[in-house]
Amino acid sequence: MESTRIKEHPILGEQEKGELVTFMFDGKEVTGYAGEPIAAALKASGLMVHRYTAKEHKPRGIFCAIGRCTDCVMVVDGVPNVRTCITPLKAGMDVKTQYGVSDKPFE
Amino acid sequence: MTRYDLIIVGAGPSGLSAAIEAAKKGLSVIVFDENEKPGGQLFKQIHKFFGSKEHRAKVRGFVIGRQLLDEADEAGVKVVLNATVIGLYQDKEVVVKIGEEVRHYKGNAVVIATGAAENMVTFPGWTLPGVIGAGAAQTMMNLHGVLPGKKVLMLGSGNVGLVVSFQLEQCGCEVVALVDAAPRVGGYGVHAAKVARTGVPFYLSHTIVKAEGEEYVTGVTIAEVDGSFKFIPGTEKHFDVDTICLAVGLSPMSQLLKMAGCKMEDNPKRGGQVPICDEHGRTSIPGILVAGDVSGIEEASSAMIEGRMAGLVAAEYLGYMEKEELDTALVSLDSALDGLRQGMFAPKNRGKLVEKTEEGIDISKSLLKNGYVSDDEIERYPGVTHKKGVHPVIECTQNIPCNPCQDACKKGCISIGDNITSLPIVVDGSECINCGMCVANCSGQAIFLVDEDCGDGTATVTLPYEFLPLPEVGTKGKGLGRDGKVVCDAEVVEVKSLKAFDKTNLLTMRVPKEYAMKARFFKAV
Repeated sequence: MESTRIKEHPILGEQEKGELVTFMFDGKEVTGYAGEPIAAALKASGLMVHRYTAKEHKPRGIFCAIGRCTDCVMVVDGVPNVRTCITPLKAGMDVKTQYGVSDKPFE
Repeated sequence: MTRYDLIIVGAGPSGLSAAIEAAKKGLSVIVFDENEKPGGQLFKQIHKFFGSKEHRAKVRGFVIGRQLLDEADEAGVKVVLNATVIGLYQDKEVVVKIGEEVRHYKGNAVVIATGAAENMVTFPGWTLPGVIGAGAAQTMMNLHGVLPGKKVLMLGSGNVGLVVSFQLEQCGCEVVALVDAAPRVGGYGVHAAKVARTGVPFYLSHTIVKAEGEEYVTGVTIAEVDGSFKFIPGTEKHFDVDTICLAVGLSPMSQLLKMAGCKMEDNPKRGGQVPICDEHGRTSIPGILVAGDVSGIEEASSAMIEGRMAGLVAAEYLGYMEKEELDTALVSLDSALDGLRQGMFAPKNRGKLVEKTEEGIDISKSLLKNGYVSDDEIERYPGVTHKKGVHPVIECTQNIPCNPCQDACKKGCISIGDNITSLPIVVDGSECINCGMCVANCSGQAIFLVDEDCGDGTATVTLPYEFLPLPEVGTKGKGLGRDGKVVCDAEVVEVKSLKAFDKTNLLTMRVPKEYAMKARFFKAV
């Protein structure tokens, strides 16, 4: 998938990033920078859908990006409802799409 | 339970400012903020601020953020991050969730500086991934260096919608349309104009019918609305976009104040539910103070002044300074704040249609409807004059509190006078040396240096340029009009990127002389 990282910014220049690490997204290896929000790493890899709602199974993704709206929650290292927009990425994290409140896809 | 002289909730511009002033007076101060980093929204603000020197005008928001953090460090302010204040109870008991732990603190005084949250609007498809808040876009691009999208539609023409649209373009996104249900652009005309001249079409009296897509946004349909905001059938327009950005206002996050029992009011001019307070942030409960957007939506510049006021008021309340000393300090802060609250966008004028400038000149109708001043309107403003040789053309057409251009010109070519909202004028008989400082220092990017007749049938136009790639000298392209449409051929003849310009590059293009007063942007082809 095409990366959407800003290589050079006219005002901010090149942004300082942590170490490039790999983590798992639904069982697939994805890369991101340690310390950036999980959501930023997913977005940079072109991944938009973070979860599906419990009742209507509708997709949700990043909405507020500052930890208020809880639209971007996912199952991280087995824990559901983790706000990925404010949770720093670590190497080897296991990030899964959340279905309702679990990582098991709907029947 | 730990006790502090002053507990501040929120480490944004107002909270930090309050902390700095109070700590300087000797109070023990602690600041709690739920975020991982301090500074509030300042670090997402990459444009040059408005105001005058005392308001740190022409300094970019994130630079002001850094200065504020340094100042707080020096003053010995203690900031606790990832700390969410979940309760404010009787006798100023503050309950804070830090990680999985809940801790109790007691403040002899408390400043609530929690800021504001973004408003939302709903429409079919609004929950799809790809529909984001304007703040989310800023967070992704300016903090995390990730593009919010490739093709974006912006809903909302207030300053946030305008500024974020420009920022999206700066990091390489295409803004396909700027849409607002209101019949007029809500934000500063200069912010609108710098977006419009890059070619972004404005759709006023339009709003979103639906966002399209199954798993995420793949398109959007907008339509025109009538005077009562009902869709007009047959006016639908479709855009292929991957992102829809919502910039539809802010609401004060005043819940803690309500919880504490402060008297509240619902005041649309201040942005919603706000505490009843005096002009220095004293709420109905002695020792509970407010500063910044939580007590009424304004700008970061005013939030910083309100913060300083609240910090000093707390110091006096607790006996760390004399009443006379406080009163003296407040007089100058009052006047600084008053300066920012002038002009046609002042809080007192919110919702009013201002048809004439303070000088009695008609406000551009095209600016309010389309985002740019039309060619036949521009000549009526006092900053737009003609003379031989290079001279400034100041396309500043609304009364806003801002005056860096006056200080920027060391040759005295530009004057605003003592009234900070007056339109700048080009001083008769002054001599422009083509230094470019006015162009770079205008926070609204509204000043151009024009040589209307170079003697060979061409003219040169120097414009502010904050995009990448920066065109090189010799690059051939097109001159765009104020409306963003191609008006003529253009060639880049000079590019200046001095340190004093602070990242605003000055690009000079040569155009046929009949376009000297029409071409206002350069596009390489």
